[in-house]
Amino acid sequence: MSMYAHPEVLVDTGWVASHAKDGNVRVVEVDVDTRAYDEGHVPGAIAWAWNTQLCDTVVRDILPKAQFEALMTQSGINNGTTVVLYGDNNNWFAAWAFWQMKIYGHQDVRIMDGGRKKWLAEGRDLDPNPTQAAAGAFYKASEPDYSIRAYLPQVQQVQKSASAVMIDVRSPQEFSGEILAPPGLPETCQRGGHIPGARSVPWGKACNDDGTFKSFDDLQKIYGAEGVSQSNPVIAYCRIGERSSHTWFVLKYLMGVNNVQNYDGSWTEWGNLVGAPVEKGAAKSVGQT
Amino acid sequence: MKPEHFSERLVDVDGWQVNLTTYLLGDKWHTKADNVSPGASLARIVADTREDAESRALARAKELLSRTKRRV
Repeated sequence: MSMYAHPEVLVDTGWVASHAKDGNVRVVEVDVDTRAYDEGHVPGAIAWAWNTQLCDTVVRDILPKAQFEALMTQSGINNGTTVVLYGDNNNWFAAWAFWQMKIYGHQDVRIMDGGRKKWLAEGRDLDPNPTQAAAGAFYKASEPDYSIRAYLPQVQQVQKSASAVMIDVRSPQEFSGEILAPPGLPETCQRGGHIPGARSVPWGKACNDDGTFKSFDDLQKIYGAEGVSQSNPVIAYCRIGERSSHTWFVLKYLMGVNNVQNYDGSWTEWGNLVGAPVEKGAAKSVGQT
Repeated sequence: MKPEHFSERLVDVDGWQVNLTTYLLGDKWHTKADNVSPGASLARIVADTREDAESRALARAKELLSRTKRRV
């Protein structure tokens, strides 16, 4: 079996159980449902709320650099800290946090394979009391690396020129236009469907039933069948950019795709644009028009 | 504390698949309902019994899913 391109970015639950309270390790839980942490969490873990702490709460954007630095400092993270991220729903928002940490140049950030689900299923210790992190020394972020982020003008260009593989990681029903948002969630766009030319690979296809990532060979089969290769540029999108950060992580760090970007504007941007081309209908196989 | 009796099962709610995750933590049962694809959280309930936790989570999921319109 082939190895992941960057196996060092994954740790298993056993490693976390042994190292969560090491001096140079900071474990952070990032959940879709921010109440999960309060039920009980990996002992020693702190929590970040994706909807208040990992975004600009005024402008629709990722955390500005100064706020990112403040969050790291308050979290007791310095530039040399090993940060281990995990969360619910197979590490959805853990991957979102990972992506932002890479934009700001944090060197050693990892994901706990299987996330919260695997930790629970294994019956490992949960601490119901919030961890109080002592603030660290001032954290100095790098200038943002936007090479891993796609903006609307670039996506529009790619859509016209077919110069990159676009992967829509939403559910098949969102892709087809049957529904405008994940079932049970508020509708936040005006039109349903997908960006013309995009391939449909729901994010969850990258995960095993226990929440861990599939093997390199399995991932290669899944994404290779949709035209993804290590050398071609890829843009992943979803609804608001968090599910696609999961796929971005898989493609870049597990499969070793050199040029992969997360379009975090995603469908809530494209599906609200006046005049933007939209395609409806179920996914077709590669080569089908 | 350690979670015990962890279980997951799929339930059909008005044509939508819902994933129910339940476990015992201390003396309380915790149930989370999420839609299977893409996996967004619909409900999180804490109750004294598994049955109560799961039925309340399903009721909340049903309420939220009823707001989703199918357009095709």
